[in-house]
Amino acid sequence: MRPSSEPNSPVYHQPNYLGHETSVRSWLLTHDHKRIAIMFLGGVLTAFFAGGVFALVLRIKLLVPGKFFISALAYNRLFTLHGVTMVFLFLVPAVPSVFGNFFLPIMIGAQDVAFPRLNLLSFYLYVTGAAIALFGMIWNGADTGWTFYTPYSTTTPTDIVPVLLGVFLVGFSSIVTGVNFIVTVHTLRAPGMTWMRLPLFVWGSYATAVVQVVATPVLGMTVLLVAVEHAFDFGIFDPARGGDPVLFEHLFWFYSHPAVYIMILPAMGVISEVVACFSRKNPFGYEAIAFSSLGIGFVGFLTWGHHLFVSGQSTFDAGVFGVLSMLVAVFSAIKVFNWVGIMYKGSVSFKTPLAYVFGFLFLFVFGGMTGVALATVLLDVPWHDTYFVVAHFHFIMVGASLMGFLAALHYWFPKMFGRMYPERFGIAAFFLVFLGFLVTFIPQFLLGNAGMPRRYYEYPAHFQPLHVVSTVGSWLLGLGFLLILAYLVWSLRWGEIAGPNPWGSEGFEWRTPSPVGPENYDETPVFTHRPHAYDLVEAAEYRRRELGDERD
Amino acid sequence: MSFLHWILFLPPQASTASKWIDQLHYAIITTTMVASTAVALAAVYLFVRYRRRSPDQLSVRVESPPWFEATIITVPLTLFLAWFYVGYVGFVRVRRPPPGAMDVYVMAKQWMWKFSYPEGPNSIGVLRVPARKPVRLLMTSRDVIHSFFVPAFRIKEDLLPGRYTESWFQSDLPGRYELLCAEYCGLQHSLMRGEVEVLEPSEFDRWLASQERGIAERQDMGGPIGPPASDQANLVAEGLRIAGQAGCLECHTVDGSPHIGPTWLGLYHRTELLETGQSVFVDEAYMTKSMMDPMADVVAGFNPVMPTFQGKLTAPETAAIVEYIKSLRSREYQSKPAEGPLYAPIFRTK
Repeated sequence: MRPSSEPNSPVYHQPNYLGHETSVRSWLLTHDHKRIAIMFLGGVLTAFFAGGVFALVLRIKLLVPGKFFISALAYNRLFTLHGVTMVFLFLVPAVPSVFGNFFLPIMIGAQDVAFPRLNLLSFYLYVTGAAIALFGMIWNGADTGWTFYTPYSTTTPTDIVPVLLGVFLVGFSSIVTGVNFIVTVHTLRAPGMTWMRLPLFVWGSYATAVVQVVATPVLGMTVLLVAVEHAFDFGIFDPARGGDPVLFEHLFWFYSHPAVYIMILPAMGVISEVVACFSRKNPFGYEAIAFSSLGIGFVGFLTWGHHLFVSGQSTFDAGVFGVLSMLVAVFSAIKVFNWVGIMYKGSVSFKTPLAYVFGFLFLFVFGGMTGVALATVLLDVPWHDTYFVVAHFHFIMVGASLMGFLAALHYWFPKMFGRMYPERFGIAAFFLVFLGFLVTFIPQFLLGNAGMPRRYYEYPAHFQPLHVVSTVGSWLLGLGFLLILAYLVWSLRWGEIAGPNPWGSEGFEWRTPSPVGPENYDETPVFTHRPHAYDLVEAAEYRRRELGDERD
Repeated sequence: MSFLHWILFLPPQASTASKWIDQLHYAIITTTMVASTAVALAAVYLFVRYRRRSPDQLSVRVESPPWFEATIITVPLTLFLAWFYVGYVGFVRVRRPPPGAMDVYVMAKQWMWKFSYPEGPNSIGVLRVPARKPVRLLMTSRDVIHSFFVPAFRIKEDLLPGRYTESWFQSDLPGRYELLCAEYCGLQHSLMRGEVEVLEPSEFDRWLASQERGIAERQDMGGPIGPPASDQANLVAEGLRIAGQAGCLECHTVDGSPHIGPTWLGLYHRTELLETGQSVFVDEAYMTKSMMDPMADVVAGFNPVMPTFQGKLTAPETAAIVEYIKSLRSREYQSKPAEGPLYAPIFRTK
């Protein structure tokens, strides 16, 4: 029974998707995209904290140039664990499988994704793959790095087959989610939800889904070939068995470069939503932001060779991949300037989600432009495989993707759980994370300049001071994440009741009660304009009429 | 500039390339820092200027004007293409060894470096080169991928098993420089370090002379090639011996006459027409590839019958054969057979 008399009351909305059924079975076998998203949230957060602990242990070892704390083998296995966990178990599914799953159907006025059972399958593929990969790595861990370069990976004495199978399964989870999103966006848009009215988060998720579906099968194929060569001695990549190691690099980066865009595009979608909401402004340059997502998704397939500038690739190929890499940067620049433009003549309120957008902007521009610097080909020669590259992609992956994830988590927390997080703690944690991030990774740029290669257990002593600073930064970063975890868990129970639209947002997902009802909308919504139309009288009236929001 | 060099923690500029690589580095990093700070400051300014003054304040609609979109496309595009242009021109320069460069063969294995000079000697862990002379490195790996990285020279190139890759540098600054392996290669990857010692040319010549046959121990990491021959100190002679043992000379002549395979006389730096209609410039990389993967690029007019020598020849043996083929040079190989008996090498004259 829906208490239709007061759907907009400021109290915790009942019944909602969290509470309408409470048995364990109702969770484990649910077809509800929102519950699957919550289960994914549990999964990716577990992976994130595990990956974070691995990183902290690595950083402690790096305090000292010589042998210290852990053995060389343990170190090599740990950086592999850190990379595999963060890339495949956290970053790739983080935004699409959690926030995409939860909000994409709501944003387009649908009741669920197109294939709810496949959606559940995607979750179980993820859990199974993650369990196999983590178990395999902890049991007799792989020591190849997350890039699995052959022929080392196919001759290593450690056991890499479980890891590869785990990555294969997680890859399928990603493909299934991608197919689901594409079909959902094409077929389940509510009346009036034209393509040019799609929320920008949906555009970002859609572009991501296309990349997931096209690129991930290549990863699956490649890791299986590595597993086959390691297990059965087939000669595919190892020249001693008649294979070609550079072939592996091409195949691997054909997935893994687009994978960077799988990790960043949905986060960019989040930024578009958050900056529009907290500026109470229509998305300035909507078409440019939407189409640059597709542009990044497309051009992202043509840049993989910039990982092979010093791998014996021809000088001509290096030039081609260098030029194409520049195009990605131009699409990204279009987005950045439009995001900043959204605030122009807006009504800007500095809340935690917007703080993460500010962090995102600085770190993404810096990280992105160091990426362009690497793609100028010449500068890649000294920087390739040094800490400069490590710092660059952490700026993009942590600085940008993770900031996007945290912005989403804070922005949508009231919608997902019906309660507010404590704002003061939110801002404090932001500054801790941002500061910790800079202290951790700026020294790594300098280490790269000085010539410190990646994946070094022992290193020449003259690199030590910068390593010490970086390690101290990692502690600040860890502290910031713990603080966020603590206050969010606290808020689940004791947070202030949020009400349907605490931000006064004109994003369509805020037209539902908080937490969202089991079927999203009571009746199919009809859309007459783009989201975040704060200037339209009808939008304001909609909020007054439907949600009892008397703010304007 | 020296301030930037210091604040960016750059190593000394010990090669000719390092100076202009660093110029580009300074320009790009400065632009990056200015641009990212400017974007962040613009965001902060817009926040302060348009901050919400009352809880229910809304906004007016602003669409982005076409000139704005055009600007934010063309300005970054122009900037980035300019970066690319400068960077790519520089890259071509660091990839193309100047003529007259001295050759050194580099062989890597888990977890050590070995350097062989065409004149004979070889050394482990320390690469000795003369100052003010370009040095070309012909590099291969015996096992997994490694990467030759000298931070002070700003050069890096991967070493691949079964293939040759090439790099070059010229150092004008005598001294000792760190050599690091930059591609993860297993347990002791971080200990796979060596040293490049740049010597004054006279000192280098003295060192080379002191490394006469027999002094430098043969350090083939690939197991024994056979009983030590008397003339093994010379890579060319070594190559001739190995080519005879491995059976190369059953199909390849060295006097210019055609046989089952193309003649080796004058092969080096010749342009060969392939079965596929393409042509290939014969260099160290092509010769190595032909030994390891003979079916890949078959010269037109010959049957694809050569077996692979992958796993049969070790990297130093391959290097020796390559060096032997390089010694067989003649302009008139097509019209006139070489003088002298079969199998007799024509030593290269400088």
